[in-house]
Amino acid sequence: MSTFVYMTRCDGCGHCVDICPSDIMHIDETIRRAVNIEPNFCWECYSCVKACPNHAIDVRGYADFAPMGHSVRVRREEEKGTISWKIKFRNGNEKDFVSPITTKPWGKFIPKLAEEKSPNQGEINSQRLYTEPNGLNIDGDLPTISKDTFKKGVYY
Amino acid sequence: MINNNPFSELAELTSPLALQSFVIAMIGLVVIGTLLDIIHKKNVKYFFMNAKKAKKSAKIELTASQRTTVILKTVVHDIATTAELGRGKRRVAHVLGMYGTIIFWITTVCMIFLFPSAGAETPSSLTIMWHTGAFITCLGGYWFWFFLRVDVLAEAHPWYRIIKADLFVLALLACSTFGLAWSYTQFSGMTELSYLFLVLYITSNLVLFGGVYWSKFAHMFYKPGAAIQKNLAEADGSRDNLPPLADAPKQFGLGIKREQPKHY
Repeated sequence: MSTFVYMTRCDGCGHCVDICPSDIMHIDETIRRAVNIEPNFCWECYSCVKACPNHAIDVRGYADFAPMGHSVRVRREEEKGTISWKIKFRNGNEKDFVSPITTKPWGKFIPKLAEEKSPNQGEINSQRLYTEPNGLNIDGDLPTISKDTFKKGVYY
Repeated sequence: MINNNPFSELAELTSPLALQSFVIAMIGLVVIGTLLDIIHKKNVKYFFMNAKKAKKSAKIELTASQRTTVILKTVVHDIATTAELGRGKRRVAHVLGMYGTIIFWITTVCMIFLFPSAGAETPSSLTIMWHTGAFITCLGGYWFWFFLRVDVLAEAHPWYRIIKADLFVLALLACSTFGLAWSYTQFSGMTELSYLFLVLYITSNLVLFGGVYWSKFAHMFYKPGAAIQKNLAEADGSRDNLPPLADAPKQFGLGIKREQPKHY
């Protein structure tokens, strides 16, 4: 479902208007608060949800990861460089996630891939993605989980 | 000019009772407009419904003293300094407009009720504060109107495009501007102009206080309530379903700051 705005929380700062890739977040002409003028065109990219400094924009998550009646909310902490998510299911179960902010300032840090050294066969065969693990801003190696700790379930 | 009490001069033309009745009528208009707004928008009903829902999902039960502390902190930090607007020009402009208006209104009431007659000696501190309040309101208001308004900053509309949402800020600016102009022309002996600005001052007051139902005047009552509810929800752990603050051991990602919205 497309984004919607809690009018009591919105202060009409215009960050969502600025960031919306579909240009459908606008300022209401009567109350000067943000409004999604064309919900059908919303991609649910969550850009405005994350950009809103007052957590005034909400969106109902896809039914494929949580049935109706749930809530998905996000908190962006610039100073820590984190995006935190909370999914609250309708039965009361809660799941919290924390991810790094990977957005880069406009026009900066454009990777000059042509100037990078070509990967060797070992790197190509590796499970690691380009710039991992340094790109994830973690010390040492990638964290792994022992297979013995996996919950028993259906394996194909 | 700044030592001049324009209302005591006005008392030569009309009775102080008429002036005082006008002030009471304006307060009445604000009350009626706000109540109509609440009935129409049902926002207070939603607010209490939401607060009840938040209380249900609270992680901890706040004691009366904890609640009082949160409310006091909200009043001092969030409401008194408009913390909601973050750090930036919008907040400074809002604080200027807010305190300017409060000073302007309080001193107006004091001058009309305490020093109503023509012969009454009004303390210069009061008249200075009245003029300063009006000036600060103009400073913050015009700064907001010409440069910081979201229509101008984020939507790239020209400053002269007026919409219904401008009713409050324009009426407020008109009150302060015409009030200052009236005081100046009255002090300088420009009688005809002073009457013109007096009429404009009265009209802008009628629009400001009479237009509460159509303008965003009532935000000054709703916003503090919303700020208190938000901070109480943060304190009791319900947090409006928002995730807790990240427990990141170090600067986790790039963490770039929100840029000023002007990429239209």
